[in-house]
Amino acid sequence: MSTNVDTIRDLAEQEYKWGFVTEIDEDRVPKGLSEETVRLISARKGEPEFMLEWRLKSLRHWTSLERAKGEPKWANITYRPIDYQDITYYSAPRQKLSLDSLESLDPELLRTYEKLGISLQEQKRLAGVAVDAVFDSVSVATTFKEKLADMGVIFCSFSEAVQKHPDLVKKYLGTVVPYTDNFFASLNAAVFTDGSFVYVPKGVRCPLELSTYFRINAAETGQFERTLIIADDDSYVSYLEGCTAPIRDQNQLHAAVVELVALDNAQIKYSTVQNWYPGDKEGRGGIYNFVTKRGKCQGRNSKISWTQVETGSAITWKYPSCILQGDNSVGEFYSVALTNNRQQADTGTKMIHIGRNTRSTIVSKGISAGHGQNTYRGLVKIMKGATGARNYTQCDSLLIGDQCGAHTFPYIDVRNSTARMEHEASTSKIGENQLFYLRQRGLTSEDAVSMIVNGFCKRVFRELPMEFAVEAQKLLGVSLEGSVG
Amino acid sequence: MSLLKVKDLHAAVDGHEILKGVDLTINTGEVHSIMGPNGSGKSTLAQVLARRETYTVTRGEILFNGKDLLKLKPEEAACEGIFLAFQYPVEIPGIGNAYFLRSAMNAMRKYRGEDELDAMDFLPLFRERVKLLEMDDALMSRSVNEGFSGGEKKRNEILQMAMLEPKLAILDETDSGLDIDALKVVASGVNAMRGPERSMLVVTHYQRLLDYIVPDFVHVLIDGRIVRTGGPELALELEEKGYGSTETETRQALPV
Repeated sequence: MSTNVDTIRDLAEQEYKWGFVTEIDEDRVPKGLSEETVRLISARKGEPEFMLEWRLKSLRHWTSLERAKGEPKWANITYRPIDYQDITYYSAPRQKLSLDSLESLDPELLRTYEKLGISLQEQKRLAGVAVDAVFDSVSVATTFKEKLADMGVIFCSFSEAVQKHPDLVKKYLGTVVPYTDNFFASLNAAVFTDGSFVYVPKGVRCPLELSTYFRINAAETGQFERTLIIADDDSYVSYLEGCTAPIRDQNQLHAAVVELVALDNAQIKYSTVQNWYPGDKEGRGGIYNFVTKRGKCQGRNSKISWTQVETGSAITWKYPSCILQGDNSVGEFYSVALTNNRQQADTGTKMIHIGRNTRSTIVSKGISAGHGQNTYRGLVKIMKGATGARNYTQCDSLLIGDQCGAHTFPYIDVRNSTARMEHEASTSKIGENQLFYLRQRGLTSEDAVSMIVNGFCKRVFRELPMEFAVEAQKLLGVSLEGSVG
Repeated sequence: MSLLKVKDLHAAVDGHEILKGVDLTINTGEVHSIMGPNGSGKSTLAQVLARRETYTVTRGEILFNGKDLLKLKPEEAACEGIFLAFQYPVEIPGIGNAYFLRSAMNAMRKYRGEDELDAMDFLPLFRERVKLLEMDDALMSRSVNEGFSGGEKKRNEILQMAMLEPKLAILDETDSGLDIDALKVVASGVNAMRGPERSMLVVTHYQRLLDYIVPDFVHVLIDGRIVRTGGPELALELEEKGYGSTETETRQALPV
């Protein structure tokens, strides 16, 4: 396609448009990780004793892991060693942290979120969506709090939850992802600084989409947020998260933990559009997105549904999973992961069937372009007591160009003979004939690729809330620019 | 007035020269047919006219509507009014037929500086044309060509043509794989599109299609050159005598 070389080069050189930096005065703790760092973070946040103890236990565990074997090595990714003493573990915009009114918020922060298309101003807020804005290590604003509080829904920053709802935090923190779970989860437990907390009381169907918008701004800091969502009996909540970061030459570590708990008949729908800075064309810079996300369907007939669109980050290492403990509980995982240029993704899910008649659905769509490497890694485990369990897995890969790679590692472990398992997989390549067909109908080659990719991902986009689906489609288009050559 | 003027066209694919000097003029409103044996270069000519980039033009020129066609990308040629009905239409999973067509129409309208059509303007027109092609409504909400039978795919091509209203429609072996009923439906769709504003180039191996789409001119393409041109009766003659006779005559006519 020689005639397109120029346009393609122009498009490829377009910058990551969320890459700006906000000039703001920061309060940061010195670089490095030690017991002192952890105590400092805990003190900055004015935490109760139980939190500090939990953090210190986590740090000790992490230190022992680091001495023993370090980071997990099984993933299909490569990166230079991370110097954990060269990271700043706490950075917050210096301001009065009483978040009762937006007037007290630094106007520079408001402008940042405006630029990202997220308005925190009352009059401009998205209808039907409540937003928690996390900037570097802290939550800077949460909208629609009062309205939600009227229904008994708690939606606030994690720090605030520790202060105002310590019993709930104490009861559920670490029950789905224990601090011993894995290297990055232990690190997070020791140093996490903020995140979102949601509690939906019995019988309440949360009327708004709850949304957290994560923004990494400061240089050479790690972002370690922790989100905990509890849906009590007969409740429903839909939660969205979005993420962006400035362009920087250095890699930055993002090691988050998300825990979901669904009690009897409760439903949690968790959607992510991840667009951290992916690094440049040569693979310089970008976020290491090493994240542990897990939901527990603790109650009968409960349901947890993960939908993710992963287009950003230099490296993505994440497996949003479901523990299907309650009888008749349902777990779902819908994923689109795109790797372009030098991006690497090793992502998938684990569905652990414990209760009877538990069902799970996995739909994974991996797109590789440029020199991108995309790996699906999944585990479906049917335990002995999970009589009547069912799983359906569909795992498709799409290749664009001949320098990229698609890999799949689906593990199936069945210990109950009544289980019914279905697995479908496909690998396809966008062909010259497909592109020519669309171009013959008047579409440019960029639009043609974008249309084929969107068609490929449709099954997943259908699961996203409306506004997110539109955003995700556009994002795929932007992320693929310059991939046809 | 001539819409398409092809002069001394040479084209190659993977270094093999397939077209070896084609001359062809099509005036506005005319229907031309290109016939010829397998491997003579019929489909290559169709693809080159649609600007497929896997074919390299090594010599010659093509003027379309006064413009140098060889300077245009495939999508620009399409927007200028060249439509190719594919011999093997491709499938596009996950993209609905109607959505696809509206995107194509709007890409062309944008190119011409016209306003885009919204769903409300698009649907009535779409329904009317679907009826014309006797297509099942259910197919229209399905993904483009996915799970369509051979005949349905060809009808879908003609539906696209009917919606996009090109200046020059090129039908590349549209009759292949069609039973007689499907052939009649396709032909009546094509005939409904005939008019003083539109030219057509019907590429076919068999005379059968030309019983239903009667061309103004028939050209015989053999070994990359047009060796004979005549009226519709030439197609009948070929049906009777086969391409062999033409080849023999040609060989005798040309000094070796």
